[in-house]
Amino acid sequence: MIATESTEQYLAAYKQARSHAAKRVPAWLSELRDAGLASFAALGFPTLKNEDWKYTSVEPIAAQNFARANGEAPRVRASDFVAPSMIDPAAPRLVFVNGIYTPEWSQTGTLEQGVVVTSLGDFIKAEEPTAVASLGRYASAQSQPFVALNTAFLEDGAVVSLGAGCRAARPIYLVFVSTGAGPPVVSYPRMLILLGAGSEAKIVESYLGLGGGRYFCNAVTELVGGPDCVIEHYRLQQDSDAGFHVSALVANLERGSQLTAHAVSLSGALVRNNVRVTLNGEGAGCVLNGLYLADGNQHIDNFTEIEHVKPRASSLELYKGILGGRAHAVFNGKIVVHKDAQKTNARQTNKNLLLSADAVVNTKPQLEIYADDVKCSHGSTIGQMDGDALFYLRSRGLGVDEAKNLLSFAFASDVVGRLNIECLRARLDDYLVARFGRR
Amino acid sequence: MLEIKGLRAKVGNKEILRGIDLHIGSGEVHAIMGPNGSGKSTLAHVLSGRENYEVTNGSVTYLGKDLLAMSPEVRAREGVFLAFQYPVEIPGVSTTYFLKAALNAVRKHRGLDELDAMEFLALIKDKLKLVEMDQVLANRPLNEGFSGGEKKRNEILQMAVLDPTLALLDETDSGLDIDALRVVAKGVNALRRSDRAMLVITHYQRLLDYIVPDFIHVLYDGRIVKSGTKELALELESKGYDWLKSEVAAVH
Repeated sequence: MIATESTEQYLAAYKQARSHAAKRVPAWLSELRDAGLASFAALGFPTLKNEDWKYTSVEPIAAQNFARANGEAPRVRASDFVAPSMIDPAAPRLVFVNGIYTPEWSQTGTLEQGVVVTSLGDFIKAEEPTAVASLGRYASAQSQPFVALNTAFLEDGAVVSLGAGCRAARPIYLVFVSTGAGPPVVSYPRMLILLGAGSEAKIVESYLGLGGGRYFCNAVTELVGGPDCVIEHYRLQQDSDAGFHVSALVANLERGSQLTAHAVSLSGALVRNNVRVTLNGEGAGCVLNGLYLADGNQHIDNFTEIEHVKPRASSLELYKGILGGRAHAVFNGKIVVHKDAQKTNARQTNKNLLLSADAVVNTKPQLEIYADDVKCSHGSTIGQMDGDALFYLRSRGLGVDEAKNLLSFAFASDVVGRLNIECLRARLDDYLVARFGRR
Repeated sequence: MLEIKGLRAKVGNKEILRGIDLHIGSGEVHAIMGPNGSGKSTLAHVLSGRENYEVTNGSVTYLGKDLLAMSPEVRAREGVFLAFQYPVEIPGVSTTYFLKAALNAVRKHRGLDELDAMEFLALIKDKLKLVEMDQVLANRPLNEGFSGGEKKRNEILQMAVLDPTLALLDETDSGLDIDALRVVAKGVNALRRSDRAMLVITHYQRLLDYIVPDFIHVLYDGRIVKSGTKELALELESKGYDWLKSEVAAVH
């Protein structure tokens, strides 16, 4: 075991959690957590020497002491989070405050037959065999330090499960509020999304940091897509100016299944989102649609990895970033096409708009292609505002600031335009207008 | 309305305009013709306030005010409109949205109330008919995927909405087939008014059959070397620019 100073606090916290366990913990869950901790202790926090983390230092996270939120969730009112999290107030939702499931703010209403929306704790009790078979199956604690850490402290989270052929008509919202009040807190939300053959759903994970205080949210979502399912997954992340956020979305898609994963990152001191999609069946497809905005001294890192294992799968990826101030953004787009994945169609685009001279972006497409009958393309751009476009707008009477705002909004709009939930898209449009109009 | 005196301008180290004198009165339509590289577009860009162009000498007075001292947006709000030779594509912004913002900026400058979405849609309806465009096209992202003809008609649509006092048309006919040309010319002609002036910049005489000018000036090597009425265009058409070049050379 390599225990360094920075991992020490987590090892100690783990021992403490183990010994103070008030609830009876099934043996398999104990073993899963132990394995997670062992991995984390062995791997330690990633450093800049680690290729996948070479532009993102997690030193600020490693250097900070965090406590687990205790059972008494701080007073949070509906008005604190309902509107800002951009959810539909009438739709089914599970709410977590500092990582702890809060039934008082959650509502599922009447769900369709075969659609299950429940807390992880309840799911483990009610469907233990499925939980045993699914948890940790795709998100590897072995090689990913933050996944390992989340697995070690696995407790609260959400499960959305759809039976074969079932369809959830309304979007399902999972809301994670970090209060950032008091001593800095770490939370480990863990999600399981299980989609039966031919099922359909839209699921929104909305992360919100209140108050500007420091906290660390380390979230992991495992998404298991059965054959021919159609799933839209949304991740909206609005962390506080001092908030840290590391997330993993790990999806395994069987034949014919279609995943559209939208990722919108609007704020946070240090954010790293990992998206890993395995196209594990013929004709599976994924669309990754991402927007990231950063300002001040913020750091936002989107690491995506798409694996084409079987033939005839398609992946389409568009990530766009708008950076101001001294912000730093990183985009890593890895595509691996296995030898048997013939007729693969993979397209990747990353575009970045720099609004200030001090903003920095590192963009790194990585293609590993082992099949020979494929179509793969990638492109990335980093640029300032288009001078011609700016002049054109000014020549019609728009002031410089107004023209720049319009162009920033326009840049973001093709990502936002693809969001398939009307109220979310409208709320985001309002947000963008307010953000760019603030200058 | 517009008084240009001794205007000299350069791009980088290259001097392009070498002393332009031009007077345009209210209600007049002036055409500027000339071979490639003569400075036609440069003149349009200098008048509209494009940044890369540096004025080294001379003055431009518009409605009694110093035009060169105004930023591009102020010139626009004061009533100067440039129809671009190569209109810019702006994905993510619809013509309707952007035109409403522009019109409101102009109205605000003139002390008028801003229009809301409904009022604006009502206003734009007539203007769309003028250039034979439909609302669908106007709702699409600005110029994105538009044909050459559609882009030029979009320029005239903007002109119709913004109601300028001085319109500069920079090679509005370039890249247009005869049908598109007719529609664009029809739109421009419908906007002729006694309190409005136009400067039509073109390489070919053909446009001037449709937009008949009051005066024609020929620009060569950064200077206006000949001025006349519409017959001058026909003479150029039959004799070509080379004739003019030798005439100029002979004088010097």
